[in-house]
Amino acid sequence: MLTLQSDVDRSLNRGLTHLDALEAESVFIMREVAAEFERPVLLFSGGKDSIVMLRLAEKAFRPAKFPFPVMHIDTGHNFPEVIDYRDRTVERLGERLIVASVQESIDKGRVSEEPGNPSRNRLQTTTLLDAILEHQFDAVFGGARRDEEKARAKERVFSLRDEFGQWEPKAQRPELWSLYNGKLRKGQHMRIFPISNWTEMDVWQYIERENIEVPSIYFAHQRDVFRRDGMWLSPSEFLPNGPDEEVQNMTVRYRTVGDMTCTGAVDSPAANVQDIILEVAAARITERGATRADDAFSETAMEDRKREGYF
Amino acid sequence: MDLLRFSTAGSVDDGKSTLIGRLLYDSKGIFEDQLAAIERTSQRRGYQQVDLALLTDGLRAEREQGITIDVAYRYFATPRRKFIIADTPGHVQYTRNMVTGASTADLAIVLIDARKGVLEQSHRHAFIATLLGIPHLVVAVNKMDLVGYSEEVYENIRAEFSEWAQKLDVHDIQFIPISALHGDNVVTRSISMPWYQGPSLLYHLENVYIGSDRNLIDARFPVQWVIRPQTTEHHDYRGYAGQIASGVFRKGDEVTILPSGKTSRIKRIETLDGEIEAASPPLSVSILLEDDIDISRGDMICRPHNQPTVANELEAMMCWMADAPLRKDGRYFLKHTTRTVRAVVDDLRYRIDVNTLHRDQAADGLGLNEIGRVRLRTSAPLLLDSYDLSRTTGGFVLIDETTQDTVGAGMVISAGPEQQYVPLGDAMEGAREDDSEVAAAA
Ligand SMILES: Nc1nc2c(ncn2[C@@H]2O[C@H](COP(=O)(O)OP(=O)(O)O)[C@@H](O)[C@H]2O)c(=O)[nH]1
Repeated sequence: MLTLQSDVDRSLNRGLTHLDALEAESVFIMREVAAEFERPVLLFSGGKDSIVMLRLAEKAFRPAKFPFPVMHIDTGHNFPEVIDYRDRTVERLGERLIVASVQESIDKGRVSEEPGNPSRNRLQTTTLLDAILEHQFDAVFGGARRDEEKARAKERVFSLRDEFGQWEPKAQRPELWSLYNGKLRKGQHMRIFPISNWTEMDVWQYIERENIEVPSIYFAHQRDVFRRDGMWLSPSEFLPNGPDEEVQNMTVRYRTVGDMTCTGAVDSPAANVQDIILEVAAARITERGATRADDAFSETAMEDRKREGYF
Repeated sequence: MDLLRFSTAGSVDDGKSTLIGRLLYDSKGIFEDQLAAIERTSQRRGYQQVDLALLTDGLRAEREQGITIDVAYRYFATPRRKFIIADTPGHVQYTRNMVTGASTADLAIVLIDARKGVLEQSHRHAFIATLLGIPHLVVAVNKMDLVGYSEEVYENIRAEFSEWAQKLDVHDIQFIPISALHGDNVVTRSISMPWYQGPSLLYHLENVYIGSDRNLIDARFPVQWVIRPQTTEHHDYRGYAGQIASGVFRKGDEVTILPSGKTSRIKRIETLDGEIEAASPPLSVSILLEDDIDISRGDMICRPHNQPTVANELEAMMCWMADAPLRKDGRYFLKHTTRTVRAVVDDLRYRIDVNTLHRDQAADGLGLNEIGRVRLRTSAPLLLDSYDLSRTTGGFVLIDETTQDTVGAGMVISAGPEQQYVPLGDAMEGAREDDSEVAAAA
């Protein structure tokens, strides 16, 4: 009997990797949310983390449809490749897409752009909160990871928000075992981070293992770029280069896809997922440090924005 | 590559942050821009060398106070393993954070300052680790450089701690003399301590065998969600979705569904990637049965001859996590696996002093960060195992009915109608007996 048990153990252990464990945990979280909330929604940006989230949702709910819609907070400052990818992917999955537009929030006078700051990252907060209210979402899935940034390292998988979307780091609920407390009071909603325990490396390894398509801008391509604040930015109607900023054509790729005006390209020849994995293994700069202009401002930038209801 | 989750506990200034910083740094878990940021901060504060501890204190309030006050999760990987660290504060006022971090850990590191030796808090850290069922303990004797890398100092600490640890139900303790600041025995073996023959800390973390920690005997599958596509293609499809809590489920197995007690057979075990023959923890799968039985979230699939106890009364060790104390007759929501019911506290058996393990039977409540044994009654039956059998089917949380906050963490000792509970006379006298009971909960 004992030998049999250890045979089972060995055979079951073979091939069970860290990715299997992470996947199983994330799928568990998604199913808990589907069961315990009335109106969840999954945020989808077209970036690699939200792409992994879509695959995990397939793992959790197929052959049925997702028990929630997918929502894109559209800054209007998009890479065309990413919008194209978004539409194709949602179509292929046969799921429902909601687009909440920052431009509309601006047109309606809900928010206004800061003079001199082309980035719309800050404005997304209002668009997101308005959409949550409009659709009465009580749980919002996000693809944030705890390894991204110091403030996130302490955030729960179920992150309670008040009606302003604010995160209160001091009043977090204890989160033990896999017992997530989904109870809400009026006006509150929950942000859910199923891939909290994944690192950038895990995400790429999973994309490779699952053979998932990602937007082409993740891979090396020729692009006109100019240098600003130590980053390679892509000139566009939203972000023209200044008179002293010389445009060069370079081989670059993106490590994150976001608002075009504050997402920097990296000088990289990585042409496929395997190349990226090698690059991540050797990388000495965090993806946020490398590519997000608005995080560089202060050491506590992220924590400040989270308190404000940003993801 | 597999996954090891470990927690770290140490008192303020024992060197916990420095140790974690070093593990991250030496395994390249730190990036240049993070390093540059902490170099700037170290300079601004006038430190002589880069304070690796700055890497791990996340929130602004904590940076201002200079201490870690909540569980923070850190990640690093070596070619052998991926690691998740639950970095928990060690002070008694953060016992609840330590308990939280310990709840999912495979291994705990207890830090001891070589100059100070075994302190009351070292006992507390080890007690919490065993109470939460962590199978492997590492006692890292830190700051060996400050005691001249003395074998004698280390051996005394080791002997004293081992003697005390006999009270606890811990099977695997590894002692390692280290200097987190200088890196001795952290990643590579120290040349300053030739008398130490054991592994470096990282080597131990990479190689400690955790395969047998999983319970592969008692098959338990709490149903989370029922997949019903309701399409013509999948007209009668009913997949019971969930994560295997323990044991092994195979296609063709005869199964019992609780609490109804109905039986059926496993027709298929499915994942997005197709059918699989057998499933064990921690896989998330869908189980399809031969028979059309009414099953919903909160039910549990198990084997006919190995079932959890169906009961609405239980004895448990409880760690309290809220300002408002737990009292006899207090009412809460109780979440256990995928079931949430109402619960009332029938009795507070005793409160345990986490430093001395002394039991106070006269206690009339459990305050924030206090641990004790309680008896609970629930509005509907739960499907319970003892915590030492399975963390998943033996662990639960209590939720406040008004604030909706998670207020307590419980570990089941026994389930079912009240057996004769005999309180022990003198608590210290009965310490050993006490501990075996506590250990049974752990
Ligand atoms: N000499 C020496 N100092 C250490 C060692 N480990 C930590 N320290 C110092 O002890 C102090 C407290 O360390 P820290 O990591 O902040 O402790 P924590 O409060 O446990 O996180 C700091 O000044 C460290 O530089 C060690 O192994 N040797």
